[in-house]
Amino acid sequence: MDVLYKVLIEPFVFMGEAPDLLLQTLWEGLVSGVLYALIALGFVLIFKASGVFNFAQGIMVVFAALTLVGLYEKGVPALLALVLAGAVMLLLAFAVERIILRPLVNQPDIILFMATFGLTYLLIGLGELIFGGSPKEMITGALYLPQGTTELTLLGGPVRFQHLDIAAAIIASIIIAILAVFFSKTRIGRALRAVADSHKAALSVGISLNQIWVIVWFAAGIVALVAGIMWGARSGVSFSLQIIALKALPVLILGGFTSIPGAIIGGLIVGIGEKIGEFYWGPLLGGGIDTWLAYVIALLFLLYRPQGLFGERIIERI
Amino acid sequence: MTSASDPHMAADDVLLSVEGVSLRFGGVKALSDVSFNIRKGEIRAIIGPNGAGKTSMLNCINGFYYPSEGRITFKGKTRRKMRPHEAARGGIARTFQNVALFKSMSTLDNIMAGRSLKMKANFFWQLFRYGPALREEVVHRRSVEEIIDFLQIPHIRRTPVGKLPYGLQKRVELGRALAMEPDLLLLDEPMAGMNLEEKEDMSRFILEVNQQFGTTIALIEHDIGVVMDLSDRVVVLEYGRKIADGTPQEVKSDPRVIDAYLGIPH
Repeated sequence: MDVLYKVLIEPFVFMGEAPDLLLQTLWEGLVSGVLYALIALGFVLIFKASGVFNFAQGIMVVFAALTLVGLYEKGVPALLALVLAGAVMLLLAFAVERIILRPLVNQPDIILFMATFGLTYLLIGLGELIFGGSPKEMITGALYLPQGTTELTLLGGPVRFQHLDIAAAIIASIIIAILAVFFSKTRIGRALRAVADSHKAALSVGISLNQIWVIVWFAAGIVALVAGIMWGARSGVSFSLQIIALKALPVLILGGFTSIPGAIIGGLIVGIGEKIGEFYWGPLLGGGIDTWLAYVIALLFLLYRPQGLFGERIIERI
Repeated sequence: MTSASDPHMAADDVLLSVEGVSLRFGGVKALSDVSFNIRKGEIRAIIGPNGAGKTSMLNCINGFYYPSEGRITFKGKTRRKMRPHEAARGGIARTFQNVALFKSMSTLDNIMAGRSLKMKANFFWQLFRYGPALREEVVHRRSVEEIIDFLQIPHIRRTPVGKLPYGLQKRVELGRALAMEPDLLLLDEPMAGMNLEEKEDMSRFILEVNQQFGTTIALIEHDIGVVMDLSDRVVVLEYGRKIADGTPQEVKSDPRVIDAYLGIPH
């Protein structure tokens, strides 16, 4: 009975007693949720247009952030470095299209998936070669990202909002909103979804596959750059950052691999869920449950709704 | 409607000509030395038994396959190789034998996708869906609505096409091709798998497209009755070779065609 009380009742009593702490936890969950959503979006873009699960998305986040910081350290002004880092992602998009996707067109998905493994290790090697393997500080100040904290008294207690977190949440939300409209209501967005549905039909209406692939990889690169800046500002820029991309996996399973709204909702569920879980239930299990909670949630989802919240219904014709 | 025997029909009325086209896949010869032409404004049928190379011919014309030998001249330009999106840019639209639609997208989005080439606003305007990108979107949406009205499918405007019955899917596919405002429309078995009523509707649309918009049409069809009613001229393929070419009447009475269809040796 005691255990049941601790699991089922006590956390909720605690939430009610200290609503300010609940609010604080929700806010932190929201911020990391938005960032997860942003990273998941990078996967969704590429998966939608080329049917490839891009294993390299995580290293693209690191590589983009490293390029930015590395250029700044070599004396390039911060904003110029930002533009150049974007240009590097564009270059990467062209290279991926030309060297990986074009020769492998019409190959089974698993082959393309393995090719993105290759790309991952290539980018790790390249990043270490050019910028060195040691962790770097994100150039938060030089990019005019706000620092500091605002403390508000809400619901009877102090709630702290880090300015950086506020900026991260706003910027990520704007980018997600732009991409969502772009892909649902413009020519290129339609072309992208068209390519995802049928290559030959897309070709017949004059859509160039090569061009679309470059666009989505570039968009995924930009998303990676923003995610790299925001995440790098919180925990430094190092190769270990790429594991946050693995956090995008449960997000994708929740939201469905092909759905942009799914990536957003899934990101929020994972972000908020793991912070709440860690804060209220974590102590019962000795803490640290936010490292695996998301995967367990994803596992439960796989059992009951394998296509995710917003994924297309899987109907198999026999 | 024009007819093959029109005396004023001159050579410069030819929209597309195929000269000595052969297509090989390894040892298999899908087409050998096929020549014919398509005149501006006509409905040209390509018929033949299964495996005669009809779809391969269409695939050569719109750039899915590159002919191993021979030349294709479209609007006065000759080429050996052309990529599909280049063909589309040049004004060739097509539909497919087994319907190739964007299944998860709505009817509206499918037909809008057909206008991809007409829309010019650059990436950055589109990223924000503002300025030229938004104006363009409105203009093209209007012409897409006209096509939807023409094909009498306003009620399925927002339905994902994957959920539509086959006959309507075929109609949406035609709509998408029409949205490109093509000079040459290639229809690969537009009436396959349809019931009589649907066939009549589709025949009417094809005729109206040809007469109202003056679109040149090349179609593959198995229903000989439909072919005879619709087309101005017919080319007959068998085992990748052309065995007859002429008006429906001429082709119908050609003994080689009768043999090809009934399988009687000479």
